[in-house]
Amino acid sequence: MAEIAYWEAIRRAHDEEMANDRMVIAMGEDIGVAGGTYKATLGLYDKYGEERVIDTPISENSYTGIGIGASMVGMRPIIEIMSINFALLALDTLVNAAAKIRYMSGGRAQCPIVMRTPGGTAHQLAAQHSARLARMFMSTSGLRVVTPRGPIDAYGMLKSAVRCNDPVIIIEHEQMYNLKEEVPDEEFFRPLEGAEIVREGSDITLVGYNFSVHLCLEAAKRLEADGINAEVLDLRSLKPLDRETIRKSVEKTHRVLIAEEDEAPVGVGAEIMALINEDCFFALDAQPVRIHAADVPVPYNARLEKAAIPSAEDVYQGALKVMGKI
Amino acid sequence: MNDADKKRLLKEMIFFRRFEDRTFEAYMERKIGGFLHLYSGQEAVATGVLEKAMLGKGTDNDYVITGYRDHVHALKAGAPAREVMAELYGKETGSSRGRGGSMHIFDPSVNFMGGYALVGQPFPLAAGLAMGCKHKGSKQIAICFLGDGANNQGTFHETMNMAKVWNLPVLFVCENNGYAIGTHIDRSTAVKDQYKRVCAYDMEASQHDGMDIETVMEAAEKAIDFVRSGKGPYFIEFMTYRFRGHSMSDAKGYRTREEELEWEKRDPIKIFSKRLIEQGLITEDDIKAMEKDIDDEIENDIIKFSEESPEPKVEDLHKYVLDDDPDPRWIGPLQQ
Ligand SMILES: Cc1ncc(C[n+]2csc(CCOP(=O)(O)OP(=O)(O)O)c2C)c(N)n1
Ligand SMILES: [Mg+2]
Repeated sequence: MAEIAYWEAIRRAHDEEMANDRMVIAMGEDIGVAGGTYKATLGLYDKYGEERVIDTPISENSYTGIGIGASMVGMRPIIEIMSINFALLALDTLVNAAAKIRYMSGGRAQCPIVMRTPGGTAHQLAAQHSARLARMFMSTSGLRVVTPRGPIDAYGMLKSAVRCNDPVIIIEHEQMYNLKEEVPDEEFFRPLEGAEIVREGSDITLVGYNFSVHLCLEAAKRLEADGINAEVLDLRSLKPLDRETIRKSVEKTHRVLIAEEDEAPVGVGAEIMALINEDCFFALDAQPVRIHAADVPVPYNARLEKAAIPSAEDVYQGALKVMGKI
Repeated sequence: MNDADKKRLLKEMIFFRRFEDRTFEAYMERKIGGFLHLYSGQEAVATGVLEKAMLGKGTDNDYVITGYRDHVHALKAGAPAREVMAELYGKETGSSRGRGGSMHIFDPSVNFMGGYALVGQPFPLAAGLAMGCKHKGSKQIAICFLGDGANNQGTFHETMNMAKVWNLPVLFVCENNGYAIGTHIDRSTAVKDQYKRVCAYDMEASQHDGMDIETVMEAAEKAIDFVRSGKGPYFIEFMTYRFRGHSMSDAKGYRTREEELEWEKRDPIKIFSKRLIEQGLITEDDIKAMEKDIDDEIENDIIKFSEESPEPKVEDLHKYVLDDDPDPRWIGPLQQ
């Protein structure tokens, strides 16, 4: 057991999977000689060579497409896109090709690629470097979308994603790369499906994913001081969603709040609310609440940015509202 | 080329023409739906290029990938004609089990890696197939067929660059039929000769007549040898013409009858049959007999099979979205 950072966990998963199978390759901008913008491939270029740790030109749509083509003939590419904003350039190959090749071929072809990318706000990166976009990918049939909240999942889910036969989008977060956690030394895998109760509680369910799980955990601590026992549920996988675990939790607590860093329209919170309506509407004792970003491009100005993006305080206040305390 | 091969190739091209003609009829009878893009007029390109590719070895074949005008490429690559037609009929026995349709024929059992509707999308996929071949140390190459219009997509430039930088074993075949739907190349494209465009990436390239199968084969052989020998990617352009509309919903108002007649004189099947007759290899009557055999096969075997095949079951709607038999170690459920 050692405490390692999120980026180190991703690096370790790359290293082990590349050592395990020479069909596993990594591709992306600056991931080779430079070791990766987030150090996720640090040292691997020297270890595995330029044919397996591939520095690509700035051509997101086509290098993702090349990864997809290579995966169709048995390779297992891990594609890094520097920011989810740039993944918009690769939407054609991801959404029109990767997500649909198995289906269009009647199950005769597959493209087991992994695309990793940070999606979220950092500090004043402004409108073109702060997109979240999870909702766009989770609305595409044929993709898997996962959001590891810490090093254990970052490591274990990347390893599963490499071995799974479907295209997997892993959404990381700029503010999580240095987050630390105790990670077992021996190899392990974390399943790509399944929501996880990361804090048990009985009064309200706080649903989060990716970075917002941490906002929920912080809010839960403050709620505890107020005598409110919050359960925190990490969705882990946005596609497919684990509606069973959501239902069970809501049936236990009867109250729910969904925290998302993204804007609300047609988003994760909207989807969770719809599922709750369908699955356990009558278990609710109060109207569910969504805590989400303001419906604006992310501002540069620090004060405006803070106002646009939800905080633990917002989650806390929202939970009090669901509890009927304000 | 020996005489038997010449006769076989003529028969193949006639088969491809008749196959497409028959899909036209089936579309009119509403047996085939969706978009249907026919290849008539361009037969010499796919037939000639793929004649020089490594085929007939199943999954050891060269990889082939193309756009939506894909029936003939699939057939020549080795996809069974029954399955291709059944796919157009939307049947469970179709190449893509009725899930793909005309624009998405797949047959990975012969390394035909699909038809794609998004113009320009196959460029990077082809380079990826080639990257896989190279990585495995195999002698296989990837062959990508696309139209002239596709070269105006960003993927063209991005992929040519990477294919060259990474020295990938990929042959890009540009089927220049002068039009992207109804827009003539002169109105959309700054550089008319497509093969010249890849000089920006220092890529080997050449341009040839695409209506004469022997010219196509000779050029393709050189290009394929080049790619297979590890010298890197190659871009080959064939000047050709599609005799029918872009798809079934095309009144062809953008081109003149004179232009069409001019190109019809260069019908690849006419050129090649005339040559074989002149060489005394075949007679008009032989060709008529060939056509009759082909029509019989299409009607009594291929169409019959497609008509009689079952449709996919509605219960199977969710099949093939993700791996239907995933390994729980990677997928779950999560132990709480
Ligand atoms: C990305 C994209 N944009 C537009 C279209 C619509 N479209 C279908 S075919 C086509 C023309 C393509 O021309 P070309 O590449 O020359 O191929 P051809 O049809 O002549 O064989 C267009 C614009 C499309 N399918 N995909
Ligand atoms: Mg064209």
